Amino acid sequence: MKKENWKELPIGCVNVHPGNSRENLTGTWRSGLKPEFIEETCIHCMFCWLYCPHFAIVVEDGVMKAINYNYCTGCGLCAEECPTKPKSIVMVKEEVKLAEGGKK
Amino acid sequence: MKMLKPLNGNQTIAEAARQVDPDVIAAYPITPSTAIVESIAQFKADGLITGEFVCPESEHSAMSVCIGAASAGGRVMTATCSQGLALMWEMLYIAAGLRLPIVAGIANRALSAPINIHGDHSDTMGARDSGWIHLYSENCQEAYDNFIQAFRIAEHMDVRTPVFVGLDGFIISHSVEVIQVEDDAEVKKFIGEYKPVYSLLDMTRKITVGPLDFTDYYFEHKRSQIEGIEKAPAVIEQVGKEFGQKFGRAYGFFEEYKMNDAEMAIVVMSSAAGTGKDAVDELRQEGLKIGLLKPRVFRPFPYQKMAEALKRMKAIAVLDRASSPGAYGAPLFTEIRNALYDCTERPKVVNYVYGLGGRDIKAEHFKEVGAKLEKIRKTGKVDEMCGYLNLRES
Repeated sequence: MKKENWKELPIGCVNVHPGNSRENLTGTWRSGLKPEFIEETCIHCMFCWLYCPHFAIVVEDGVMKAINYNYCTGCGLCAEECPTKPKSIVMVKEEVKLAEGGKK
Repeated sequence: MKMLKPLNGNQTIAEAARQVDPDVIAAYPITPSTAIVESIAQFKADGLITGEFVCPESEHSAMSVCIGAASAGGRVMTATCSQGLALMWEMLYIAAGLRLPIVAGIANRALSAPINIHGDHSDTMGARDSGWIHLYSENCQEAYDNFIQAFRIAEHMDVRTPVFVGLDGFIISHSVEVIQVEDDAEVKKFIGEYKPVYSLLDMTRKITVGPLDFTDYYFEHKRSQIEGIEKAPAVIEQVGKEFGQKFGRAYGFFEEYKMNDAEMAIVVMSSAAGTGKDAVDELRQEGLKIGLLKPRVFRPFPYQKMAEALKRMKAIAVLDRASSPGAYGAPLFTEIRNALYDCTERPKVVNYVYGLGGRDIKAEHFKEVGAKLEKIRKTGKVDEMCGYLNLRES
């Protein structure tokens, strides 16, 4: 995508395309750990959805469906807050191959 | 109705604010600018202003409210000084970066430590890289005139940059002078209707204000911000001229006093310039070819015009009411010396820091400077580049 030069930008750093932070794939920040969703024990309490700072919890009709790894930074908050025993989200090791430039 | 009124500096700012009647005024009291806020609160209580008057819990919050209100599309002002301005610091940069035309009346006061409530320019000089336009006033009339013009300058579509209007704490803020207050309707007509570029309340054109920039956009946005203040000189000049045509008191970037045939000049801002002019009169009677230049606009600094006005001088003394510890000279001095660098025959320029914490500056101190300039003019030699006036040194 061509980036605007300074003369083309709206003044005052105003973003005239609100919501475009979804183009910023924060999942690329993840290093080493990722959450894994265990559907069987999930009670759909929405704690993970509430605490996730990057809107990476996919919910449909009040049901926790999955984790969107395009945005998940692997911070672990969802796993920490998950109240079920055993936990329905656990952090697992994730191999990132340097040769792939960290892209998944 | 146009009339003469006895007002102190703070009241002149409040009077101008009443006439402008901004959509939102958010301010926190601090000596010596408290009376600006107090008078505005009274106007609000008396139903003389229609705008919202917000009393937040600190100056940081006051500027935050201003930024929010201006982002929502309102015409906005505040007033503060010293520690209050210092507490606003991070928000000052945000106001300028977001290109919000906020106007702030500043009753210039010293910064702690040691704590001191009296007048000097440490507060606004400390904020000189925050991106705000700086206007300084010699007296109550200039404070009133500058404050009205500040809205026109800040809100010009080419500029869209916040403006400080400085008036010396106590010396001007608390001194009563009879000033010409213009007609309410004429003032309103002069500043015109305010049209925001963007408004958070405009649901037909949704925007985000203040989102995160990474390394790929921050630099471009900063360059775009600088463009506003760089376009300000033409606007400041035009507004000053129009103000003169309408109200009879024209303004430029600086005032020149007895500079026509002068070979030496004293450069000094704000209230001290009044005393300086008296001293120049006395020095003239003693045969010294000396004049005075009083800068009104410090940011954007009028380099070319300043160099043009000063290049014929043999010796110049720049008087700063602020220090810049560790720098080679105080703020005004470094700007002026820089402005003169490209002259073919550079005048000798010396710097005196004066009046910190409200220390008095009298005609005798200006005359001391005059004598030193005369010596430099005769010998072409500078013994001391940066010194102090009226300081106990031995």
